[in-house]
Amino acid sequence: MSLRTPLQRVRGLGSAKEGVGHWWLQRLTAIALVPLTIWFMVSVIALQPADYDAVRAWLAQPLASVAAIGLVIALFYHAQLGVQVVIEDYVHQRKAEVVLQILTKFFCFFGALACSLAIIRISLGS
Amino acid sequence: MANRARPLSPHLQVYKPQLTSILSIGHRITGVALSVGSVLLIAWLLAAAGTREQFEWVQGLLASIPGQLLLLGWTFALNYHLLNGIRHLAWDMGWGLDLKRTYQTGWAVVALSILSTAAVWAAAHYY
Repeated sequence: MSLRTPLQRVRGLGSAKEGVGHWWLQRLTAIALVPLTIWFMVSVIALQPADYDAVRAWLAQPLASVAAIGLVIALFYHAQLGVQVVIEDYVHQRKAEVVLQILTKFFCFFGALACSLAIIRISLGS
Repeated sequence: MANRARPLSPHLQVYKPQLTSILSIGHRITGVALSVGSVLLIAWLLAAAGTREQFEWVQGLLASIPGQLLLLGWTFALNYHLLNGIRHLAWDMGWGLDLKRTYQTGWAVVALSILSTAAVWAAAHYY
């Protein structure tokens, strides 16, 4: 006989609205990326020829800084979720799979960190 | 672990390529390519936060012929993944899942990816 409550037994076994977590975050970041990507492409086109001062002046604007940081966070989160599924589907050797998953997560985390820091530095004028 | 020789479903190369399957795998390929290509974005932003020389060095790499080819592929992959991603979001809302609409939106994604890539490059170079 188990002394655990039914709630304790079922917790963490899924279906507590957590099963769709990956799917949902992939969509949420996709929805965010639609306007942000279009904004980024249009802005970079408008900047051409993009010289040092023009790029920095653009990214230093408060709204542009916020949008750009939002973009890189959503982008690397979305990339990480997508590449994770591709690795799960195609890499059948367990060790290689784990190594690739770890490298993907690290790359995306530090990518988001590096881009955000770069934008913040420009935004603060340093 | 069951390692018995069980019957397997026919593998990918057995099937005739269709627009739907090509676009589906294309979404994954462009997704992975863009993830790798995000190195460009990291380098560009870090250089912009660095010195003028560093930024001009990265811009110089991007302006070279291999750099331009890479950027062209990157633009196409981005436009395709964006447009096909919107198609996927429409499906998630239950719209356009019938065969006719799937093909219509599929061809629309192909045409618009090429057109928008051309438009982005024309605008960036001649605007």
